[in-house]
Amino acid sequence: MGQKIKLEVNGKTVEREVEARLLLVHLLREELGLTGTNVGCETSLCGACTVLIDGEAVKSCTQLAVQAHGRKVTTIEGLANGTELHPLQQGFWEKHGLQCGYCTPGMILSAAYLLSHNPKPTDQEIREGLKGNLCRCTGYHNIVEAVRWAADQMSS
Amino acid sequence: MARILGTSIKRREDPALITGRGKYTDDLKLQGMLHAVIVRSPHAHATIKKIDTAAAKAAPGVVAVYTAADVAKAGTPGMIPVGWLLPNLKIPPHPMLASEKVRYVGDGVAVVVAEDRYQARDAADLVLVDYEPLTAATDPKKAVDGTAAQIHAEAENNIAFDWEIGDAAAVTAAFASAAKTIELDLRNNRLIPHAIEPRAVLADFNSAKGDITIWMTTQNPHVHRLLMCMASIGLPEHKVRVIAPEVGGGFGSKIHHYPDETITAFCSMQLDRPVEWAATRTETNLTDAHGRDHVTKAELALDANGKITGLRVNTYAAMGSYLSTFAPAVPTYLYGTLLSGQYTIPAIHCRVIGAFTNTSPVDAYRGAGRPEATFVVERLLHLAGEATGLGQAEIRRRNFIPADAFPFQTQVALAYDSGNYAPALDRALEMVGYDQLRRDQEIRRKGKGKQIGIGFSSFIEACGLAPSAVVGSLGAQAGQWESAEVRVNPTGSVSVYTGSSSHGQGHETTFSQIVAEKLDLDVSQVDVIHGDTGSVQFGMGTYGSRSAAVGGSAIWKSVDKIIEKAKKIAAHLLEAAAEDIEFGGGKFTVKGAPDRGVAWGDVVLQAYLAHNYPADLEPGLTATTFYDPANFTYPFGTHICVVEVDPETGTTKLLRYIAVDDVGNVINPMIVDGQVHGGLAQGIGQALWEGAVYDDGGQLLTGSLMDYALPKIHNHIPFELDRTVTPCPHNPLGVKGVGEAGAIASPPAVVNAVMDALQPWGIRHIDMPLAAEKVWRAIAASGRV
Repeated sequence: MGQKIKLEVNGKTVEREVEARLLLVHLLREELGLTGTNVGCETSLCGACTVLIDGEAVKSCTQLAVQAHGRKVTTIEGLANGTELHPLQQGFWEKHGLQCGYCTPGMILSAAYLLSHNPKPTDQEIREGLKGNLCRCTGYHNIVEAVRWAADQMSS
Repeated sequence: MARILGTSIKRREDPALITGRGKYTDDLKLQGMLHAVIVRSPHAHATIKKIDTAAAKAAPGVVAVYTAADVAKAGTPGMIPVGWLLPNLKIPPHPMLASEKVRYVGDGVAVVVAEDRYQARDAADLVLVDYEPLTAATDPKKAVDGTAAQIHAEAENNIAFDWEIGDAAAVTAAFASAAKTIELDLRNNRLIPHAIEPRAVLADFNSAKGDITIWMTTQNPHVHRLLMCMASIGLPEHKVRVIAPEVGGGFGSKIHHYPDETITAFCSMQLDRPVEWAATRTETNLTDAHGRDHVTKAELALDANGKITGLRVNTYAAMGSYLSTFAPAVPTYLYGTLLSGQYTIPAIHCRVIGAFTNTSPVDAYRGAGRPEATFVVERLLHLAGEATGLGQAEIRRRNFIPADAFPFQTQVALAYDSGNYAPALDRALEMVGYDQLRRDQEIRRKGKGKQIGIGFSSFIEACGLAPSAVVGSLGAQAGQWESAEVRVNPTGSVSVYTGSSSHGQGHETTFSQIVAEKLDLDVSQVDVIHGDTGSVQFGMGTYGSRSAAVGGSAIWKSVDKIIEKAKKIAAHLLEAAAEDIEFGGGKFTVKGAPDRGVAWGDVVLQAYLAHNYPADLEPGLTATTFYDPANFTYPFGTHICVVEVDPETGTTKLLRYIAVDDVGNVINPMIVDGQVHGGLAQGIGQALWEGAVYDDGGQLLTGSLMDYALPKIHNHIPFELDRTVTPCPHNPLGVKGVGEAGAIASPPAVVNAVMDALQPWGIRHIDMPLAAEKVWRAIAASGRV
């Protein structure tokens, strides 16, 4: 039997009847076409599928869609303000914080959560705050630079 | 216009990727698309007695279930070929679906196709396979010792090849007269590449046209198409289009031709519908070609002055269950040929036995053979620095090939075109503050607390594999050139079609810089198209740090041809001789009469109008180059790692990492630095944390990210980079490769640093990864606690 869910995704109300076992990431990607959220593992370790639920960073590959009922979900597609990039998006671009880009949406959303409760993190706090997100391309060096750049922009 | 070559412009790839609009294979959706799940062997080695697919076929949403019997019935070749041959190489057949025997955990035995991925996954569990388990062989040395299980009938004692290079007699003589010899037994740990995007395929066969389009995670779409048509799916090459959409990292793992892409294409051909397959992380860990996995004995001979006189290396290299695409080349021509490092070594001999094992195949992974060689050489140098009392800088300096000795013919086939090794070492010593560090180390060594260690790696690599005739003579079943077609559009903008296939490297940005520089165009006027056999005529793809040196040079040459033709058109318009036309600043002028000129746009437009045009010239402005390099390129450098080891816990903490690289001229410094960062993270990961582990029964114990220690952001530190610049003398850009350098240089730098820290305990060597437990046990066993 399908489960009826209603949630807000990137500011828009979404109502669906879904299988109880449907993963949130599959609702986003396959039902709603929001393919910016990527899947890199099935054990909640790589963080490529990270989205914000009510402002908190959550790995959508190990959340059921029904658990998002009544909540607000933000994906990478909902982060920019129209055509104006979010400072984190801009920072990743400015500082070469991405190469293949597959981990990037999750990395940016985890960083958004970090900056939401720690607007001026030290480099070590950035590294601690993003340890749930794996990147295999950048060696993380420029990801720290990108987040610091964004934090500076957002606090100035 | 200001120079753009050599500047850090931002990447044009990024706006799509930071907004979620990059389309990777698994993001694509076609009408009527089905999902495939591959049923895989849970046994490392077993005979298949029976496969019962009835329950799976009856499951909800299931459209088809296929086994090897269905492949045979369809008349599909269904084989996975090998792309590099060695003398006396044993090549057992590699069917895309196993029929009589499985040879590793993950070997595919059936495929289930269903309307959605959940249904396919459910039904896969209903396929019943009756196995008769056999003993497994997982260690490359034990697999060939005569007592292990026989994996393939075609390869007696599991030996795939027995290969050698160099002069054994000369080495024997060198050791006989040596003042000092160093011996080292080591294991180069098996690694899982771990591109964050798992492999995926979407195949769309159209029976009305008899063609198929395959979107897939590939570093080399043309090579994949070629191999698929030669041996796998039974369609001619011109009926197959392979497209690489955004590709989420590769590091070698997406070079190789795997069964899964072929199985998915087969399903689409049988059902005449689009079929998608996307690996889970565990599937990827089980089936992606792994890297390294060597067991080696290495010996170094030195004279009384600390000069190296001989090097002997004996290696057992795992091939895994089947020969992967370039697997035979990796521990041979990409390994044995690098063993001279940066040093004058008058006698070298290397023997490598390739061993079949009941594991995932082993093939090229970032660095491919060269990290393994560098590890051997630089670990031996470290031990030699200690044993001779010369220290780590001096033992290297004393043995460097002198700057005036290039081109330099090594004893292991390679002829280094250029090099100047001392300045990189000097710069690294300066950056790290070497003398002060050694003083700090002395102070720490007086106590029993945390110890500092300093490790060196003066490395060389050979990349941009070339030229084609040479690699062909060594067994390559492909050329090693690259193609570039440069099309100038009637309005003056440029579309570049490159055979290189970017999967994170930023080719669209760097290649557009090359064209913009040469044609004095704004970089926005240049577009770069790659990764599609339907647009690019043929290309070898991106691997082996070849794209800038080979692919970039092809673009350069094509632009030269464009300018040459445009000069003829300009000469006609200016009523001058073509040899008197100069190009610069966006216009063509007559030599000696700079006021007589015609703009780029006017010449280009005339190429397409052909109204006022030379009689002997074809209209249009496009040029193609198949660039076959004269030699490899030889990047080099010195890296120094500083660690702190806690003897109480065995924990290693990275304190500093200095990398001075010489990659020749640089097109985009920001991107080059990024490549070094990424390589370092993987190489340091190999040294300290990573390792694929199989148990004796052939079960992969590191099948998920819960068990495989992929480096996280808080494990790493900021890297300190610098460069020296020795341009490559044989390509027009003067560039060398950079993608693999960090992964090649760093493992010995880190291990040497830890061993340096452990010197007070008399510990000579610990195999990677240097997990705290291993270090602690070594200290405990030293008797000097």
